[in-house]
Amino acid sequence: MDYVLAGLVGCFVALGVYLLLSRSVIRMLIGMTILGNGVNLLIFTAGRLTREIAPIVPAGLEQPDGPIANPLPQALILTAIVIGFAMFSFLLVLAFRAYQSLDADNTDTMRVAEPVNEPNPPLSY
Amino acid sequence: MGFGMDASIALVAIAPFVAALLAPFIHRLARPYAGWVLALVPGGIFLFLLTLIEPVVAGGTVSASIGWVPAYGLELSFLVDGLSLTFALTISGIGTLIVLYSGAYLKTHPHLGRFLGFLLAFMGAMLGLVLADNMLALFMFWELTSVTSFLLIGFDHTRQAARRGAIQALVITNIGGMALLVGAIVVHHLTGSWELSALGGEVRGSGLYGLVLGLFLVAAFTKSAQVPLHFWLPNAMEAPTPVSAFLHSATMVQGGVYLLARTTPWLGGTEAWTWILVCFGGATLLWGGLGALRQNDLKQMLAQTTLASLGLSVLLIGLGTEAAIAAMLLYFVAHAFYKAGLFMVVGAIDHEAGTRDITILGGLADRMPVTFIGAAMASLAMIGLPLTLGYFAKEEMYLGLMHWQWSDMAVLLVLLAGNAMLAGVAMLVLVRPFLGPVLPTPKLAHEAPIAMLAGPVVLGAASIVASVMTDWLGHTLVEPGAAAILGEAVSSHLTLAINPASPLLWLSIATWALGYLVYRQAAAMRTLLRRFGAGLGWTADTVFDAVMFGLIRFSGAVTRLLHHGRLEIYLATVFVGLALALIVPLGVFNGYGALLPNADLGNWSAKLSWPQLQPYEWGVIALALIGLGAVLLATNRLVAILALGIQGTAVALIFLMFGAPDLAFTQFMVEVLSVVILALVMTRLRLDELDQRPLEDLARDGTLALVCGVGVSLLLMVVLSGTLDTRLSDLFTATSVPIAHGHNIVNVILVDYRGFDTLGEISVVMAAGIAIMALLRRRAKPAVPAAPAPRRRRKAAP
Amino acid sequence: MNSLIFRTIAPLIVAVMLVFSVYVCLRGHNEPGGGFIGGLIAASAMAILGMSSGAAEARRALRIDPLAIAGFGVFIAGFSGLLSLFTGSPFMTSIWLYLELGQTSVPLSTPMVFDIGVYCVVFGTISAVALALEGGEEEP
Repeated sequence: MDYVLAGLVGCFVALGVYLLLSRSVIRMLIGMTILGNGVNLLIFTAGRLTREIAPIVPAGLEQPDGPIANPLPQALILTAIVIGFAMFSFLLVLAFRAYQSLDADNTDTMRVAEPVNEPNPPLSY
Repeated sequence: MGFGMDASIALVAIAPFVAALLAPFIHRLARPYAGWVLALVPGGIFLFLLTLIEPVVAGGTVSASIGWVPAYGLELSFLVDGLSLTFALTISGIGTLIVLYSGAYLKTHPHLGRFLGFLLAFMGAMLGLVLADNMLALFMFWELTSVTSFLLIGFDHTRQAARRGAIQALVITNIGGMALLVGAIVVHHLTGSWELSALGGEVRGSGLYGLVLGLFLVAAFTKSAQVPLHFWLPNAMEAPTPVSAFLHSATMVQGGVYLLARTTPWLGGTEAWTWILVCFGGATLLWGGLGALRQNDLKQMLAQTTLASLGLSVLLIGLGTEAAIAAMLLYFVAHAFYKAGLFMVVGAIDHEAGTRDITILGGLADRMPVTFIGAAMASLAMIGLPLTLGYFAKEEMYLGLMHWQWSDMAVLLVLLAGNAMLAGVAMLVLVRPFLGPVLPTPKLAHEAPIAMLAGPVVLGAASIVASVMTDWLGHTLVEPGAAAILGEAVSSHLTLAINPASPLLWLSIATWALGYLVYRQAAAMRTLLRRFGAGLGWTADTVFDAVMFGLIRFSGAVTRLLHHGRLEIYLATVFVGLALALIVPLGVFNGYGALLPNADLGNWSAKLSWPQLQPYEWGVIALALIGLGAVLLATNRLVAILALGIQGTAVALIFLMFGAPDLAFTQFMVEVLSVVILALVMTRLRLDELDQRPLEDLARDGTLALVCGVGVSLLLMVVLSGTLDTRLSDLFTATSVPIAHGHNIVNVILVDYRGFDTLGEISVVMAAGIAIMALLRRRAKPAVPAAPAPRRRRKAAP
Repeated sequence: MNSLIFRTIAPLIVAVMLVFSVYVCLRGHNEPGGGFIGGLIAASAMAILGMSSGAAEARRALRIDPLAIAGFGVFIAGFSGLLSLFTGSPFMTSIWLYLELGQTSVPLSTPMVFDIGVYCVVFGTISAVALALEGGEEEP
């Protein structure tokens, strides 16, 4: 079953990359989210899969009484999800403001920082 | 050595920097007297250094060291011996007068405080340079002098010529700085020591001697402006005159001379050393002398004679005989005194008369009598008349060459010619502006203020007083200094007596006579030399410009190549890199072998089995694929947002199925919120949901995406076929309840074991929130047409 | 979204979600839950309130600027780590205190304070963003 999930991770990554390469800001944003989900699943799967046994020690015991899911990747992913969401919100608002002030959602027409015909640096001191 | 001495010697190098920081405030408080107040710092240092004369003359050295980076065995160590004390005394003494002078010279300048700050910082760097014993400390101070001199030369930064001079000085001297650092590292590699005082003959004997010599000579020659790296020095004259008076008399340019003198004991004395130094020094001496005669600007004339003097010093160090070294020391002090004095005089003339052109000045002696006296004392020392320090320096340098060998004779001729030209220039500088008929000047000339007169007069008087006290001079200056350079005791034989039978006297007289000839023929020589210079076509200066502009063009071309402004190409570059990083190493290290069936599996295709998944698990995976497919094929915004929610929910379900309820809840909440805020924003934007890429771009991007996806899948499969290192997970699992008192291991990891990480992560979330709010609070402005993009980003609204 | 039913029922849902979020946060050390999830639930509640009654109303109900709550969260999370300095241990060493209250004992600990800090950060930041997007760019 691990290999099935490995294939699924590949699909997430492929779609994420494909959307990121498009020039529409909103599609890139969606691609970012999907790529993030793919990477979270990648880490999760790489930590091996265990069915339905959460990494929680039963009450009254010092140690879990059987095999449990690997807690380490879960801790890593938990923060990654929240940070990914913060990142997503930021990019969304950034795209929103860019659209408002530049009237463009295509990255080819966003040339404020790198103008098309930038003059050569001056040859003087 | 007790702490007190350690601290005070380090303070010599550090106090000017502190004073530099305070300078702007002192200027604001004590406006007209800022120069007087700040001159107390170098003055105090000078007085403190005077107290060190006694132990140093007694044959000792005073050393001090402070731990710097003790872990690497680095110490900020200082050493005071005859050589460094001579330099340090000259620097701080002249520095005091220069600070005074600047206060008056730039009295009305609004940034006088800043200027004095730069000046004091430069002096601190210079003092550190001559006192440092540790080679890395030496390098640090060396670079500090480059940086602070850059600030000083470019002080008048609204003029392009000043900026050019500053950049030129910085570039050239930094080349030397780098050479010095590499040289120091090589020496450390050879000897295991960073301390200059600990070095002996081992460098000379090693196979890397040539390399070390080359590196140190590059450092010294760039700093001391030897031909062909001399051109920055005349251009540095763009600085305010007090800077020139300081940098080109006792400090900056003498750094290279100091380095050569300092390295003589363990680097010098070889054939290569002598030849290189004598040849370059001699060439610079003649070049500078001829250059001075070409000019009619007083300041430029002095700058060119500085070149000549530096060449002379380098030549003397190259000769390396006892008399030559004694002459070098005497010449250093004499030159520092008279050159600083003359620069200050020229500054005063410029300040009061409004011009520095020697051809339109005349008869100033009546109007500026004190200035004239200062100029006379300095010029006479430059000519080398008796009763000045310059006289002894000249006698000593001739004395070293009385061997009647052809090489000595050749050097003697070069010295004679050089000294004659310097004498000629000295006469020009003294006679033309001050004597003769009174010529009208742009400003009505009058006497300079006392702070500007103090320098030339004090230095001139000191030169004469010192030359009368020959025994004291020989005992306190020549003997300890030469001993430090040569590494053996030296006895001085300076005398005021004039011996008509000595060839030295006749050589001196010949110098003066030739100098007078130069003076008489100055106008003719100037015309001739200018014609020659114009015929030459190009100079080192134009080569420098060509190199610098070439660099600017090159960087412009590279920027245009890399910063083309096409986001999808940037991203494509990144993902091509990712694809290569995923696919290539797996192939090279035979990673795919782990995925292929083993040979002993026999007919493996018959044993292929359908993965062991429950039906509902298949369902969830199908849901994820449906979500992904819907995102890809969505033709309107709503479908795309919903599809995004579907795939996110599927991910949450996967987490739930495989024992991660925390993750599942978090993912689910995040998906809900994502969909909500995405919907909130999308309803306000009229965005095109359709992909507008042309078909060939779609194919290209699709292929790249597929390669990345397949690469990640393969990598993950290879990882899964290996074994998992569970030590850390096991530790957390085993200790979660006993140590951390928590049953939810994931939460325990987050808030306890890896709490510091989480603290950083919530700070990131918080920062993202602040950034979002900052973006949203910007007042919405009317849309700017995208086509003629504005040159700069608009500033954030208040 | 402006239906009467939604507007009527929303405050109720929000109240339940907020209480639930605190419960999830506090039980997080032993059961599934924790500051991150609790904060997200509470932020969703605020988003719902903002949708039903308007962002301005939601801000008024919150009384405190949500970003200030986030800042407070980072502060107490960092502060909980500093407490260990008083015991002479390294930064962020946990300290446990069991309060005996009649029948039960209530464990108080620095990780719990830390988790509450996480809760505040996630809640504050995301509510601030959601409310700002819901209410346009106008500030209170």
